[in-house]
Amino acid sequence: MREKKTLGGRLNDSNLLLLITVVIFFVMYIGAVVIQGGGFTKPQMFFNILNANAALIITACGMSIVMISGGIDISVGGVVALVSMCCAVYLDYHDGSIFGSILIAIGIGLAYGLVQGFLVAYLDIQPFIVSLAGMFFARGMTTIVNTAPFNVADEEFTALKLTRINVPLMGTVNKKGIYVPAYVEIGVIVALIIVILLFVVLRWTRLGRSFYAVGGNSQSALMMGINVRRTKFISHLICSTLAGIGGYVYFLHVGSGAASHAMGMEMNAIASSIIGGTMLTGGVGNIIGTLFGVLSLSTIQNIVASAGLDDAWWTGITIAAMLCIFLIIQSVVMAQKRKAVRK
Amino acid sequence: MEKRIGKKEKWLALLCSAMVLICLLIGCGLRIDKPGQSDNDTAEKKDSDSLAAENYITVGFSQLGAESDWRSANTESMLGTFTKENGYDLEYKNGQQKQSNQITAIRMFIQQEVDYILLAPATEDGWDSVLGEAREAGIPVILVDRMVNTSDKNLYSCWVGSDFELESKKVTAWIKAYTESKNIDPADLHIVNIQGSIGSTAQLGRSRGLANAARDNGWDLMAEVSGDFTETKAREVMEALLKRFDNINVVYCENDNEAIGAISALESAGKKVGSDIANGEIMVVSFDGVNEKALAYAREGKIACIAECNPLHGPRVEALIEAIERGETPDKFNYVDEKIYSYIDDISQITVDDVTYDVEKP
Repeated sequence: MREKKTLGGRLNDSNLLLLITVVIFFVMYIGAVVIQGGGFTKPQMFFNILNANAALIITACGMSIVMISGGIDISVGGVVALVSMCCAVYLDYHDGSIFGSILIAIGIGLAYGLVQGFLVAYLDIQPFIVSLAGMFFARGMTTIVNTAPFNVADEEFTALKLTRINVPLMGTVNKKGIYVPAYVEIGVIVALIIVILLFVVLRWTRLGRSFYAVGGNSQSALMMGINVRRTKFISHLICSTLAGIGGYVYFLHVGSGAASHAMGMEMNAIASSIIGGTMLTGGVGNIIGTLFGVLSLSTIQNIVASAGLDDAWWTGITIAAMLCIFLIIQSVVMAQKRKAVRK
Repeated sequence: MEKRIGKKEKWLALLCSAMVLICLLIGCGLRIDKPGQSDNDTAEKKDSDSLAAENYITVGFSQLGAESDWRSANTESMLGTFTKENGYDLEYKNGQQKQSNQITAIRMFIQQEVDYILLAPATEDGWDSVLGEAREAGIPVILVDRMVNTSDKNLYSCWVGSDFELESKKVTAWIKAYTESKNIDPADLHIVNIQGSIGSTAQLGRSRGLANAARDNGWDLMAEVSGDFTETKAREVMEALLKRFDNINVVYCENDNEAIGAISALESAGKKVGSDIANGEIMVVSFDGVNEKALAYAREGKIACIAECNPLHGPRVEALIEAIERGETPDKFNYVDEKIYSYIDDISQITVDDVTYDVEKP
């Protein structure tokens, strides 16, 4: 009850699903600390999760926007790989600057958003088909830009890649008596800024509310005087641009370009959004939920890994089980809502 | 509105408790499954705190994957060496051929405060950052099998692996000694090389060894084609080579699986596989000596000579860890001892770079 009031009463479904996600994440993490102990008791374990998933947080946020507006975008993984490869080639073979590479990353994202958004919003093509083609195109282009995977040696870039922001008071002294500071990478800061920005946009702006309205029921949105096509277009534009930024953050984390980068990342982004309470049918979702969705997903992966169940299928099975649970919860909630409305 | 919130709250409470229950069940499931991994695992994990008190040496091992017989034997060697009985607590992580998985595993080892990190890297590049973190945490890193390419060689303590070029030198020395004992003119040796996966450390060393030996001895090295270390690819390659050349008498395969494929192709083409090359038999030589089928072929005489590529790195790594524990600085590069096998009695010893090796029975 109290949570509902503080978060405002307008978007009840979103808040309910968000609350469930947050609770699950904390239960899971505390469970891991209590049951498994070891590395999970260290704050850096959590920061490592953030560091490794900053790019996923950014792409999943974009995915949530599209999903809230009733669409889907499965090209984001391909865009991330394409951005990594283009930036890597630009920095190493063309002696480019950091600033130029950032422009390339955002440029690729914007171009993707413009084309896909136009096709979806103004030509009424299914977003799934459009972004499927986009994914194939991006993966193909990545290989055309450069076939072989390679590491970037550019000094400025390596310095940026190795930049760590120490988190005060969170470091630990290991058993050899060495103080190991806790740190996050630059990507995490970028991701958090984007989360906050999008949270504000979704909650307090006209544009944010129109995403919900279009995704919830585009007919009524149209009647309310919302420009449905423009809203859809903007949602794809935001998603692809974020995929470009996410691609750069990913690139900054791995420091290499490869055609196999970010394989299946779009699926992880969709899964994170769903775990975070965004509904595939549109109209419901929350950026904070998406953030926790990513954290839950990667915490599961870490728990499974440190429990010694190292095979990939174990992670897959647990994530499948979690997705299943969330989808059931979502449909139950929606059924309940319809019942309440009918009454 | 008020009513709806009340209803929802009920659902919320119900769902949350259900979720907590499920999470707990998942947690329990994970714990129950652990003994399946190894028999004494439950006891280990339960009191991991008391482990430290018992002075086990904790070792984190990030293996790159499980792609071949050789790799599996390598993993088994580690698991068999670093046991509780020997005073170790080994944490094994399979990287599934992905560097990112291995980096995550190493970061986890650092958080778990292991005493040593063993790394069999998937690629040579991109390790500076995470190995730097390990060094900052004061954890020595021992590399296994493959090398890493870091700007600072002090990011790892030492490396254990095979000298692939030496293996090749042994095989070529054996071929030289054998053909000389049979009075075969070096120019009559028509060799084809079925190479491994291009660019891998093993392929580079083994191809270089053969190319040098062919140049020095005046052998006729007719073709070098990659068989990707696999049986099926080697069979295709061998079939194509037989169509191209009709005078092949030595087939140099860069691992056992390739030798098996090549022999199958040779036999289906009606060729006789053996060592009597003066009388039209085709000689097959190979590397690794891990695959059981290949060893059986070597006993039957189908593979004339196998240079062992020893996957049993465990004991060697243990010796290094013991040295570091005593406060010594171990050698940076450590090669494992490897044998050479042949069923032919004529050659009992070969000499490579002034070191003499006994030729053993497979």
